[in-house]
Amino acid sequence: MSGDASANFDEMYDANGNVRPAYEDYCEWYDEQDRTILRRKHEEAESFFRRTGITFNVYGQDDAEERLIPFDPVPRIITASEWRRLSRGIEQRVRALNAFLHDLYHRQEIIRSGRVPEWLLHGNEAFLPHMSGFTPPGNVYTHITGIDLVRTGKDDFMVLEDNARTPSGVSYMLENRETMMAMFPELFTRVSVAPVSNYPRRLARSLAACPPPAFDGSNGRKPVVAVLTPGIYNSAYYEHAFLADQMGAELVEGTDLRVIDGRVQMRTTLGFTPIDVIYRRVDDEYLDPLTFNPDSVLGVPGIMDVYRAGGITIANAPGTGVADDKALYSFMPEIVEFYTGEKPLLPNVETWRCMEPDSLAYVLDNIEDLVIKEVHGSGGYGMLIGPTSSKREIAKFTAKLRANPHNYIAQPTLSLSTCPIFTKKGLAPRHVDLRPFALMSPNGIDITPGGLTRVALKRGSLVVNSSQGGGTKDSWVLEE
Amino acid sequence: MLGRSANNIYWMFRYLERAENYARLIDTGFRMALTRDKTVSSGEWRSVIVTAGLQPAFEEKYGRDDYSGPNVYNFILRDPDNHTSVLAIMEMARNNARGVRAAITRELWEAVNESWMTVRDALRRPVRNTNLNDVLDLIRHQTTQVRGAMLGGMLRNDIFNFGRIGQFLERADNTARIVDVKYYVLLPSLSYVGSSLDNVQWETILRSLGAERAYRWLNAGQMDARGIVDFLVLDGRFPRSLSFCYEKLRANLGNLALQYGGEVEAHELMRGADVALHDQTVSSIFEQGLHEFLTGFVAQNQRIAAAIQHDYRFVE
Repeated sequence: MSGDASANFDEMYDANGNVRPAYEDYCEWYDEQDRTILRRKHEEAESFFRRTGITFNVYGQDDAEERLIPFDPVPRIITASEWRRLSRGIEQRVRALNAFLHDLYHRQEIIRSGRVPEWLLHGNEAFLPHMSGFTPPGNVYTHITGIDLVRTGKDDFMVLEDNARTPSGVSYMLENRETMMAMFPELFTRVSVAPVSNYPRRLARSLAACPPPAFDGSNGRKPVVAVLTPGIYNSAYYEHAFLADQMGAELVEGTDLRVIDGRVQMRTTLGFTPIDVIYRRVDDEYLDPLTFNPDSVLGVPGIMDVYRAGGITIANAPGTGVADDKALYSFMPEIVEFYTGEKPLLPNVETWRCMEPDSLAYVLDNIEDLVIKEVHGSGGYGMLIGPTSSKREIAKFTAKLRANPHNYIAQPTLSLSTCPIFTKKGLAPRHVDLRPFALMSPNGIDITPGGLTRVALKRGSLVVNSSQGGGTKDSWVLEE
Repeated sequence: MLGRSANNIYWMFRYLERAENYARLIDTGFRMALTRDKTVSSGEWRSVIVTAGLQPAFEEKYGRDDYSGPNVYNFILRDPDNHTSVLAIMEMARNNARGVRAAITRELWEAVNESWMTVRDALRRPVRNTNLNDVLDLIRHQTTQVRGAMLGGMLRNDIFNFGRIGQFLERADNTARIVDVKYYVLLPSLSYVGSSLDNVQWETILRSLGAERAYRWLNAGQMDARGIVDFLVLDGRFPRSLSFCYEKLRANLGNLALQYGGEVEAHELMRGADVALHDQTVSSIFEQGLHEFLTGFVAQNQRIAAAIQHDYRFVE
């Protein structure tokens, strides 16, 4: 076991190859283990995942319609004090995002004040005029947010991306922990790790705390919560079913739902019955064929009218996807300050907006050192990583960039932290990020300790997305 | 519970039951073929295809005269041209389970998922005489495991009831079909009582329903047409008899009525069918004609199934 000599921050070893405090107990345990047994358990984990059906579908790949996200059995460990700092920063950011969304769909004070330019809204397809002047139940827009964090040094965590549209991956956070506990039960008796398994209960509670005005709470009735999925062929179907199961909520599809008497109702074996809160995993544009994409069969005709009339709560609120925009991301420090009156606790990654001529000039001059992303892109598609791209790739991308500069932002190539993965030859460092999940309700913001650690399995690679060959790790927050 | 979920769970168990029945059917055909000459055995394989309800599809592919064992069992087990091959219906069962994932236990889901993966792997290549038994064993084991996960772990609620209803509708249908295909063997007027051919034919019927030992044990080795019909149709102790299946259907429908606080049209139909079956004796069955009786039974079965799907809003 030895650390990587490269310049990036390794979370397990310091520059001298000594184990950092967070990993002390783990490494002590690891050194006692028989490597052959570890290898066998690692292989068993895969068959465990296959059996439980934790798969995701990759669009456009016929040969492997259901694939596994590789799981690495070395945990990613965060200390209690690191986590306290992170969770305060995440809470601040989520609060600001929610306030921003409310403002955006009401008086747009932030634009009037000149802190954020008006052009940001034009060309942002996620902005929904239908939401203007409407306040969702409990004034909550971002019921569930996934904040992607990266680390570049001991105390340097940064936000790479905000996912407020429909953040996914939480089922992996939960299953990874289950798998670790099944594979190495004794490890958990030696290291005190904050539990994550109550996430579905917390989610159910958080959603139920935002009932719509039409909800009838008499006789101790509880809001009826349902999860709306596009169906079994969706790439994240496993997660939809998993969460519905764990929350004790119905898992519904568009064909199960109909608007009757001003409520969204689901077809049960006893007839139609109203839903109060719908946790939808269907994108805005498919949500209501009467309002958005008329060809959609995934949504519910008329749900937007019911929503605006107070007949249902939709989580996350339609139109929250505005916040996932990467041009908007570049204004997050201003946004946080505007709504919270505080400096951001978690910094952004420095970002150049290519639509601004000065920035574009800088980006074109330094393209070999930068990462260029599409403003609306996600999943690691449509991006250029300067340092690892060929001259031809760069030339091709430069042409696209010049033709359509407002579609791109650029960021420095970060020296992401690494955490070891288990390989045939022992531990080897790989780049990681972290997606914690924050729940919001009128009762406050609730963040499950840890989150989903994604890891680039290829040596030196910086792309952690599962659709691009990334894997996941169990993420531990140590208890004090 | 969602109507779609009821539909999913109902079909999931129909398909699993069907897969198991197919395996049993092939097993019987195989055993017969091993003890017969080629002409007789090809007739036996034909009757397997007929019983499985696959004659048109099979003959479209192989014509009328190519009823060899490997053709028949591969067609039933894994042929892509057969939309209800064991492979296809196991996959449908698994997809149904996936669609209703939130309504079934993790244990049950894992059992279905694993059974699909195992059977799929076993059927990747054409099956041969040398490994047919292993494959059939495997299918039976896997479906038994799924049933075990259901019986051992699931709440006795509407979800469970719809699964059981699917299973026993399919099973009743299957038993009626097997007896019907071989009904000529059981017609007393045509039988040569005591001849060895008859005994073997009767054994086929019993064997394809997994009934030969139970029957022998109850009847001290006495084989006769009336005894067999009595056993397979009216004996409520045998879990594949029509009477047993009806008992289960009635009980599960009854539980639904209790939970939902009322009956639907399907209950009315079920009661009528149940009374009618209860009033039958072997003599009355043979009087009206075994074939006529069975055809009527299957049709009634379908009416009950349609009423359940409609009354409980399986589809919009």
